[in-house]
Amino acid sequence: MSTQAPSLEVVDLRVEVDYGAREDIVDEITLHVAAGDVLGLVGESGSGKTTVGLAVLGHTRRGARIVRGEVRIEGRDILPLPPLERQRLRGRLVSYVPQDPASALNPALRINTQLEETLAAHGFGTSTERRARIVEMLEEVLLPTDDIFLKRYPHQLSGGQQQRVALAMAFANRPRVIVLDEPTTGLDVTTQAHVLETVRDLCSAHGVAAVYVSHDLSVVATLARQVAVMYGGRIVELGPTHALFTHAAHPYTRRLVEAIPEISGKHALIGIPGTAPRPGHRPVGCFFAPRCSFAQAECHVSFPPVENVAAGHDVRCFMHATVLAESIAARPAARPRAELGIEDALVAVRNVQASHGARQVLFDIDLVVRPSECVALVGESGSGKTTLARCIGGLHGGFEGEIFFRGQPLPCGSGARDADTRRNIQYVFQSPYNSLNPRKTIGQIIAQPLGVFFSASGADARRRAVEALERVQLSPTVLERYPQQLSGGERQRAAIARALVAQPQLLVCDEVTSALDVSVQAAIIDVLAELQRELHIGLLFVTHNLALIRTISQEVAVMSEGRIVERGLVDDVLESPQADYTKKLLSDTPSLEAAIAASS
Amino acid sequence: MTGFIIRRLLLGLVTLWITSLIIFAATQALPGDAARSILGRSATPESLAALRQQLGLDKSVFTQYWEWISGVLTGDMGASLVNSLPVTEVLSDRLVYSLFLMLLAAAISVPLGIYLGAASARRRDSAFDQTTSVATLGLAALPEFVVGITLVVVFATNVFTWLPGVAVTEPGVGPWHYPKQLILPVAVLVIAVVPYTARIMRASTVEILESDFVEMARLKGLPEQRVLWRHAVPNALAPTFQVTALNLAYLAGGIVVVEAVFNYPGVGLLLVDSVRSRDMPVVQAIALLIAALYVVLNLLADVATILVSPRLRTSLE
Repeated sequence: MSTQAPSLEVVDLRVEVDYGAREDIVDEITLHVAAGDVLGLVGESGSGKTTVGLAVLGHTRRGARIVRGEVRIEGRDILPLPPLERQRLRGRLVSYVPQDPASALNPALRINTQLEETLAAHGFGTSTERRARIVEMLEEVLLPTDDIFLKRYPHQLSGGQQQRVALAMAFANRPRVIVLDEPTTGLDVTTQAHVLETVRDLCSAHGVAAVYVSHDLSVVATLARQVAVMYGGRIVELGPTHALFTHAAHPYTRRLVEAIPEISGKHALIGIPGTAPRPGHRPVGCFFAPRCSFAQAECHVSFPPVENVAAGHDVRCFMHATVLAESIAARPAARPRAELGIEDALVAVRNVQASHGARQVLFDIDLVVRPSECVALVGESGSGKTTLARCIGGLHGGFEGEIFFRGQPLPCGSGARDADTRRNIQYVFQSPYNSLNPRKTIGQIIAQPLGVFFSASGADARRRAVEALERVQLSPTVLERYPQQLSGGERQRAAIARALVAQPQLLVCDEVTSALDVSVQAAIIDVLAELQRELHIGLLFVTHNLALIRTISQEVAVMSEGRIVERGLVDDVLESPQADYTKKLLSDTPSLEAAIAASS
Repeated sequence: MTGFIIRRLLLGLVTLWITSLIIFAATQALPGDAARSILGRSATPESLAALRQQLGLDKSVFTQYWEWISGVLTGDMGASLVNSLPVTEVLSDRLVYSLFLMLLAAAISVPLGIYLGAASARRRDSAFDQTTSVATLGLAALPEFVVGITLVVVFATNVFTWLPGVAVTEPGVGPWHYPKQLILPVAVLVIAVVPYTARIMRASTVEILESDFVEMARLKGLPEQRVLWRHAVPNALAPTFQVTALNLAYLAGGIVVVEAVFNYPGVGLLLVDSVRSRDMPVVQAIALLIAALYVVLNLLADVATILVSPRLRTSLE
């Protein structure tokens, strides 16, 4: 189908910030998508991928402005059209699937109203015809079509159902082009797998050209025929999916691929040091040069031009020949994980039950974590994994059964535990955006546990704080800074440092990387693995990402509906899963390796 | 939903009971007593004592409270000390006047405030938005009596003489028979309420217009009017209702000033007169009435909030 004239052509697009200096958010964006094809638009946060996605609909967020370029849909440039005409094209010729359907569906309107107005706004037939189309759409996205469902409000639907409603809405008027903005980010792997399948089927069935915006290369690899990699508001590499992941010509693409965790766990996860430059803070020359190991003098002078390295494979890098010459297979192998602990259990959970109000969420839980051992707790949202972590951390109001810490039974709440136990069990939260007090400097945040547990202050406290920061690879200069002055990855490191100064024996990590970019995730995982090896800290690593666990943990417990359905050594569980639920999770986890193998 | 309303009504009764204690304590704490203010400075101790006994002022505080509150519960609020008419009778006519004034003010100011707020948010930072912003801020800063007197000066006396500056009414004739007399008092109340409603509506609409579901509505190609009125405004109403209810309740106090300025024969004017003449039964009844109004308006605001928030509504079903 890729031989057809492209349904979507973006030519030399430039979007600027709409205030002060004329800084660009994205520039020189050129891409084509044929009918029925999916183009993956990948990049880390701040790379401008959503800006490009929205510009395809001729839309910008407040504070941004499209200043140059063309967006041609079936040959017609939609940007010069007057606003009213552009508005009429949206939702009909080109439509949008949002990142977070929970906030993108109007909480005050019924599902039926929101679907119907999408059709009515574009003059679709009579109300009976609209009703028939709604039923047809809901069937296509595998949702119920009865009145009871249609009369529901968004909050009465599950996350997967909400995303399906958003898909139905986007496909309702049979558009020619569709932009999907990370539509599976908040979903469980199983739900994600189903939604991706639906997207793929609908696009090919209706000959829709799709732009799939995502930071998740594994997802893109399973879905897209072509991939465009964005960095600092530019497309730095664009090519067929398979070529891009096996013969990446841009160092950034390579680093991204290396940062992706794989279920096979063959390779070391390597983060990319530094942070992506924001608009207005971009360096002279190639934007990636400051973080690039291939960079030469010329890279710091001018931005590289687009060069063609193979059929349909373009790259913007002066060093692409050198990069291509270095085989991607030469990835460093994974470092050996810490040995399986043989010592006595650090934490032993025995027959624990816990409830949220009247609803029981944990059933008969048994779990053991030994010193310098990492136990991964995996499961989908609602499986009870966070509740279990909170029980151990002393953050869950009450549980039945027993949790022993070094042989001593633990009381339920942290308030009932003695200072030494509280110090020994530290908790790192999911989102570093909410877990650090915005009114305190990192120094004050780290000093707090030092004051509480060691009565340390002044020079002694500072020395310990600096030591902890060095452990998580942060410079002591962050002590004077506020959390909002740090990037997401730096904040999560600071949160880990806050836990570390207490000199804990057990670190409970609750989805600590799920709010971070893959390159940052890799670096955080590296830090945690080092803590385990060098400080012999036991880790309870809660995650929904099966691909991560082999890199860091020795044992895994798989949770479903409040029960541990499978427990064992990571290698055993991943290679020969026993429980059906584990098998399903494994098959639903998107894998870059598998996608590449399938496409070659 | 019914359960929720009943629960809230019971809580409201508790609130009113506590208020009755405070009202009673406050009237006890006032210097001088009713007998002295009725009889004046020249009263003899004997006549004072006789009147006190007649009014029950010689009984213990607790007995007085009990007699008052049990009377309130059975619909007998006592008799006015000034003209010996039952308080309920003195109040009923006046209440119709005041409630009519308030309802009229509310019926105009709530939609007007919502419209102004939503329209300003829609045209954020435009000349319209900035004019509305300055005007509402300025008007919010002016006390009612200044607004009232200015309106009288401009429209009733010194500049134009289009409208009556004081209300002239006959007993037993409803206020709706004098539409011209209502214009200025209603205008003052509307000016008192609209700025707050408009500003909170603007703030919450601005926030909602930045939300994902509004962006989604735009990306679906919906006309801007529908995006604003069907998608944004219903979600912005909940906080607005809360502020409006507090404002309307505040009007119950504002009405005292307005009625005094325009000599409008409502509850507010009665309150001013009764305080002046130490007519305690009337003062207590009006204070309790205004407290009840607060309770009812807040309950109405909560019910309205629930009605516009499906999430709350469905959780009560």
